[in-house]
Amino acid sequence: MTTAVLSRPKIDKTWLSQYGVYLAVVLLVLYNIFFTPYFLTWSNLRIQLIQVAPIVIVALGMALVIGTEGIDLSVGSVMALAAALIPLYLGYGVIAAVLVSLLAGVAVGLINGVLVARVGLQPIVATLALFVGGRGLAVVISEGKLKDVRNADLLYLGSGDLLGLPVLVWVAAVLVLAVAFLVRRTVFGRRLLAIGGNRRATELAGLPVTRVLITVYVLCAVLASIAGLLSVARIQSSDASAVGLLIELSAITAVVVGGTPLTGGKVRVLGTVAGALLMQLVIATMIKHDLQPSTTEMVQAVIILIAVYVARERKTR
Amino acid sequence: MSLLHVTEVSKTFPGVRALDRVSFTLRPGEVHALVGENGAGKSTLIKVLTGVYQPDEGELTYQGSPARFGTPMDAQHAGISTIYQEVNLVPLMSVAQNLFLGREPRNALGLVDRKRMEREARELLAGYGVTTDVRRPLGTLALGAQQMVALARAVMIEAKVVIMDEPTSSLEPREVRTLFGVIRDLHARGIGIVYVSHRLDELYEICDAVTILRDGRVVHTGQLAELSRIRLVSLMLGREMTEGATAFSGAATGDGDAPPVLRVRGLNSRHKLHDVSFDVRPGEVVGLGGLLGAGRSETIKAIGGAYHLDSGDVEVDGKDLRKPTTVRAVKAGIAVQPEDRKAEGIIPTLSVRENIALAVLPRLSRLGLVSDARVDEVVTAYMTRLRIKAASPDQAVGDLSGGNQQKVLLARLLATGPKALLLDEPTRGIDVGAKAEVQSLIDELAAEGLGVVLVSSDAEELIEGSDRVVVLRDGVVVGTLTGAEVTTEDLMAAIAGERS
Repeated sequence: MTTAVLSRPKIDKTWLSQYGVYLAVVLLVLYNIFFTPYFLTWSNLRIQLIQVAPIVIVALGMALVIGTEGIDLSVGSVMALAAALIPLYLGYGVIAAVLVSLLAGVAVGLINGVLVARVGLQPIVATLALFVGGRGLAVVISEGKLKDVRNADLLYLGSGDLLGLPVLVWVAAVLVLAVAFLVRRTVFGRRLLAIGGNRRATELAGLPVTRVLITVYVLCAVLASIAGLLSVARIQSSDASAVGLLIELSAITAVVVGGTPLTGGKVRVLGTVAGALLMQLVIATMIKHDLQPSTTEMVQAVIILIAVYVARERKTR
Repeated sequence: MSLLHVTEVSKTFPGVRALDRVSFTLRPGEVHALVGENGAGKSTLIKVLTGVYQPDEGELTYQGSPARFGTPMDAQHAGISTIYQEVNLVPLMSVAQNLFLGREPRNALGLVDRKRMEREARELLAGYGVTTDVRRPLGTLALGAQQMVALARAVMIEAKVVIMDEPTSSLEPREVRTLFGVIRDLHARGIGIVYVSHRLDELYEICDAVTILRDGRVVHTGQLAELSRIRLVSLMLGREMTEGATAFSGAATGDGDAPPVLRVRGLNSRHKLHDVSFDVRPGEVVGLGGLLGAGRSETIKAIGGAYHLDSGDVEVDGKDLRKPTTVRAVKAGIAVQPEDRKAEGIIPTLSVRENIALAVLPRLSRLGLVSDARVDEVVTAYMTRLRIKAASPDQAVGDLSGGNQQKVLLARLLATGPKALLLDEPTRGIDVGAKAEVQSLIDELAAEGLGVVLVSSDAEELIEGSDRVVVLRDGVVVGTLTGAEVTTEDLMAAIAGERS
């Protein structure tokens, strides 16, 4: 038997790229506890979690797509589509409305996936089509109007509580666990990472690359439509021109800050959650300390640059 | 007088002492072989010479005065050019643009003088035996021709030292002759050449001096003519070797009367393959001979469903594959080891474990959930059997040596339980020890009843490893060597078309 030597973890670039995001979250929380009044109140923490939940849900799908060396710009438009469809079908009950909006996600995901995997378009171009067209369609569907939503069952999803936590947060947490499980434990997850690592080699190994890729884009779009319908439930109205606006950027930021490389082959699910939390905390902290939104944006930019710098591929021999 | 000299150079990477007080001298007009197994420190030494790495200790002297190359550009400007194993030019740019990249001839307006550039490129390349439309994107040329372009580019830059890292690994024999012609010419002009290769024949033909590295240290340096082959190999490996170029047993395997495990009929692919047919019986190793571009890789890929076919049939164990796709081929029991290990074989970001288990995950899981225990069982079995050297199964494959990467790839293929194993250059770019291991593995697998198709540019490997050799030329089967005909002479004759 060899004796295991427990050495103190060395804090270098590798360590930073793996755990830096968690460290940053902890530091920021500590700062707020000491310097931000009312930070440690239940109502404040609640608001933070509710605000971050949709971003986390969208970022989960984005992380999967980025893991295949792809990107999905259409997530915000998918949210808008889901939001536009909800009031139309609420008359048939919440379940029907939710199913229809999820189906919209499936449809968008199929289009994205087929364009990327079968037609061979570059992901950024393929998803750009629905990034533009999807929201347009959503506005047409909703006739450009803001619609109030008063269905009690749907509103429960957005503002109800379960065991002391908002339902919204429960949904996000369950999805995080599901996606983490998917990536770590399933055949699908491993194939996804293999495609991101070397698509050509994965094809030659006899794996159903096209099918896996299409599924990944469908999952991403379905997650986005869940985020979309939850947003409607939370703000109690559906506005196709505003729901999910620019969320693709927040999601990509969360994924990248969380340590998932854009070059594919690796997905860090918990890192993505931490990335989303970090960005949310940064914004909240700046607002609480009365800094301009423009300053907040610049700080966000610096964080993104640091994350990308730390995650740079180590030069190999 | 030395042209380039390093004294007691050391370089340490986290966990590895890549160079340990290495001294090396290159004289003008000398062709100096730099040999050693993978991981011996050759690449690191080259990178120190070319300014990619800064040595931790030791000194560099260039043309009689101390030198220090901060960047590869510094070294290039000083006259040290490098040609790497994998051509590193821009595949989408034209041949001419690649040749003149960064040194484009200008016209009076300061714009690139395209006409002149293309004319000069054509003239220059003719001297290297490359006759092609220099406006074509470089990536559309055969690998050998690309290498020649890289060489022409290196020599153009007023080089005083040219470093060649396995320059012949993707060249066909005719191109090797051209390359050697160029090397002799450089030699006569007093240019120093550092020549890295695993091919002993070439070393003895073209090199004057030799430096042997092992585990980051110089174990021998001197005139090559004074060193016997067997001594050279044993110095490299650090163990005594007996004569015998390959590890193949030479014993014929395969049952001549058994029905073929792989039956290939009438493969046609526009411009590349014309009516290619052959059989492989269980236990038989069928070599595919021919020059670069003869259609050997295309044949293998087409059988594996990874190359477009206009027509043709592939049968495994009597079952027709219909139109082969990669998924269907693997299912039917065909395993293909592609030529380009890095681009088409391994998945560098994943661990050894994931790479080996990749193709058989469904078998090792229940309801889509991967069973770690079952994966470990398979992975451990193959790591032991193929003697894969890795820190642990969790190590990223990208960090392994070429030989071990190749073994990981073979393990992935074998795990699928193939009936026919198609190997495209299985020992290219891997060290001597791993090469021997892969060769004996091929023998062993054939003895177990697998049908093997072997493509190798190494004539010795092809001849000693194969029971039968199907010779291709320009996508057409031009002959089959059987029994006593499986010799290098017969192979050359068949390729050259001088065999009845």
